[in-house]
Amino acid sequence: MSLLKVTIDNHTIEVPAGTTILQAARLIGKEVAPPAMCYYTKLATSGGYCRTCLVKVSKGSEKDPRPMPKLVASCRTTVMDGMEVQNFTSPEVIEARKGVVEFLLINHPLDCPVCDQAGECHLQDLSYENGRSYSRYEFERRTFDKIDIGDKIKLHMTRCILCYRCVKVADQLTPGRGHGVINRGDVSEISTYIEHAVDNEFSGNMIDVCPVGALTDRTFRFKSRVWFLKPMDAHRDCDKCSGKAVVWKYGNDIYRVTGRKDQWGEVDEWICNTCRYDKKDAKDWTVEGPRKIEKTSVISQNHYEAGTKFVASPETLPVKQLS
Amino acid sequence: MSRKLLLTHDNVPNLHTIDVYRSKGGYASVEKALKKMTPEEIVEEVKKSGLRGRGGAGFPTGMKWSFLAKPEGVPRYLVCNADESEPGTFKDRYLMERNPHLLIEGMITSSFALGANTSYIYIRGEYFYVSRILETAIAEAYAKGWLGKNILGTGYNLDLYVQVGAGAYICGEETALLESLEGKRGNPRIKPPFPAIAGLYGCPTVVNNVETIAAVVPIVNDGGDEYAKIGIGRSTGTKLISASGNINKPGVYEIEMGVPVEEFIFSDQYCGGIANGKRMKACVPGGSSVPILPDYLVCKTATGEDRLMTYESLSDGGFATGSMLGSGGFIVYDEHQCVVRNTWNFSRFYHHESCGQCSPCREGTGWMERVLHRLEKGMGNMNDIDLLVELAKKIEGNTICPLGDAAAWPVAAAIKHFRHEFEYHVLYPEKVKDSKHGHKEPIMPVKPAPVMA
Repeated sequence: MSLLKVTIDNHTIEVPAGTTILQAARLIGKEVAPPAMCYYTKLATSGGYCRTCLVKVSKGSEKDPRPMPKLVASCRTTVMDGMEVQNFTSPEVIEARKGVVEFLLINHPLDCPVCDQAGECHLQDLSYENGRSYSRYEFERRTFDKIDIGDKIKLHMTRCILCYRCVKVADQLTPGRGHGVINRGDVSEISTYIEHAVDNEFSGNMIDVCPVGALTDRTFRFKSRVWFLKPMDAHRDCDKCSGKAVVWKYGNDIYRVTGRKDQWGEVDEWICNTCRYDKKDAKDWTVEGPRKIEKTSVISQNHYEAGTKFVASPETLPVKQLS
Repeated sequence: MSRKLLLTHDNVPNLHTIDVYRSKGGYASVEKALKKMTPEEIVEEVKKSGLRGRGGAGFPTGMKWSFLAKPEGVPRYLVCNADESEPGTFKDRYLMERNPHLLIEGMITSSFALGANTSYIYIRGEYFYVSRILETAIAEAYAKGWLGKNILGTGYNLDLYVQVGAGAYICGEETALLESLEGKRGNPRIKPPFPAIAGLYGCPTVVNNVETIAAVVPIVNDGGDEYAKIGIGRSTGTKLISASGNINKPGVYEIEMGVPVEEFIFSDQYCGGIANGKRMKACVPGGSSVPILPDYLVCKTATGEDRLMTYESLSDGGFATGSMLGSGGFIVYDEHQCVVRNTWNFSRFYHHESCGQCSPCREGTGWMERVLHRLEKGMGNMNDIDLLVELAKKIEGNTICPLGDAAAWPVAAAIKHFRHEFEYHVLYPEKVKDSKHGHKEPIMPVKPAPVMA
């Protein structure tokens, strides 16, 4: 098969036909890859909803060099031979992305201090890079009641950015879908069929794919901040899944188990609910070694050896004496 | 009197019955198409006619038809978009109520041209009674052998179904319509692939507006060249205009393309001038989603030429000084109408109808509506006006489907042309508290019309 040549932010790469602009950009590297909140490589038909990955196609292809009239969602646009794409080099794209981030945040509660996702939240990273430091939205934010979907997953719809990833998991990974989107417009919400429990072996992967803290693990909620834990690659013999996971330890205790995520925040292999929720004993797992965490991530701040030394005490707190 | 092609017999009693329709020359195009023409010839005639989509975008129909993929062994579908939900547009309803057989005739001819053996009319939920009229007409057509197996002994089979939607504006977007027709949630699909390649049930599909399909009938009867003689330039044929607002004679008018806007508003043959002897203040020429025009730009373009009812002339000057023909929902405002209130009303509609799939539209439409509501109630501030301009810019072009654009354009245009009215709402909050503030004291353009080059 012939390869197609595509240029993204002045980096040229050759990719097979059918590759999307986002995938091609990821092959080049972090410096040109657009952020993606809804696209997930392993979930078919995902992507195209959040619009954070908008890019400008300044040259359509070698045959038809006209630029595309609008910004396109890079996760759903396939490359053409000779295509030229601008991502970070286009002020128009940066401006549009800032707009999208602002839209995503207007109804987000910004409750990061009490949110379990903080520290590994894609929306946090995205708004740190593209957001403004204050909100221009002066109206009441939309709120929902928290729902337990099953005995292991908590749905906090207020935080949801409607990326549809969990809906795709329910559609594609688990049989008998009982989970989807109800209502429309800015009151649409993720819900199970009249709040039925989501009860099947791979439903826990919804938690891993959720880019924000809308779906959280009820066996881990409020147990610890993620950056106090030590992520370790570990595996076990599992008859349902590959058994390859990350165990998040505090001392010798396993606080939670998640899938192994790559540098784009996508899990390599889905893990089953037994591994995720029921194997919290260190004896269940064969630890392979510490997980590589990006230097920029808050999780790497403690270099794995912290824990107790950050317990707040009057001596360590930077409080000014008032008297 | 201008020539009529679609509404020729609309005053004939019982035109909705097949016998009366036949006596007026109905179904002649089906006989001509099926017996004397090949599908390719019909597509060629439609191309020659220069017919452009009447649903709003104005894409050439013949070109759309020729894009239809024709793989072996895969069914093709024709879907009629009767989900007319644009505020200010009601032409399709009138056509289907009065003359359902014209649509059915157009569907048969077009389906034959496209090689479709199953076709659908997707009609909006609020037009439930119209769906009854259509279903009765379809039953009559089946009984007389115009539909079903082996039509007119030519061996061509066609089944025609009416599907009633649930009343969502978004289902007028062609891919959302197809999703809804498939029984799913009416969310627009991400394009490409376009429906001509993978549409209904993944098969090649053409989606056309009611008026477009009806216009195929005179094109086949009289020939594409004859049709192309009507109109000016690339705007050919006749167009149904739904005229509403503060005019003496609101209603559906069939006009020849190229009628001057001034004549359309003020002549007794059409709208009959502004009601109650008032002055015109503004006009939305193509349904709620197109930019509003202030009085000095309605009848003349920015270059001083007469504005005509054509795709090109109405969009002359781009969005800076022009608008769009759109779906032909012609709304005229007199001097007592409040533009801010009108913009808020449109914005409220788009907020309510946004499907919630992509973030700029889902969050942005709600935000715009809330800011406009605040301005309208006299609780806004000057920054709100610039905020609205910025929000409209951030939504426009960044969404999956054109609903985002449709929500952003009217707001951006209203602020561009009537900024002083928005400022009036900020400066004199006590005067706009009453919801009928415009009726007591006209808010007229404070600034004079700019001098045109």
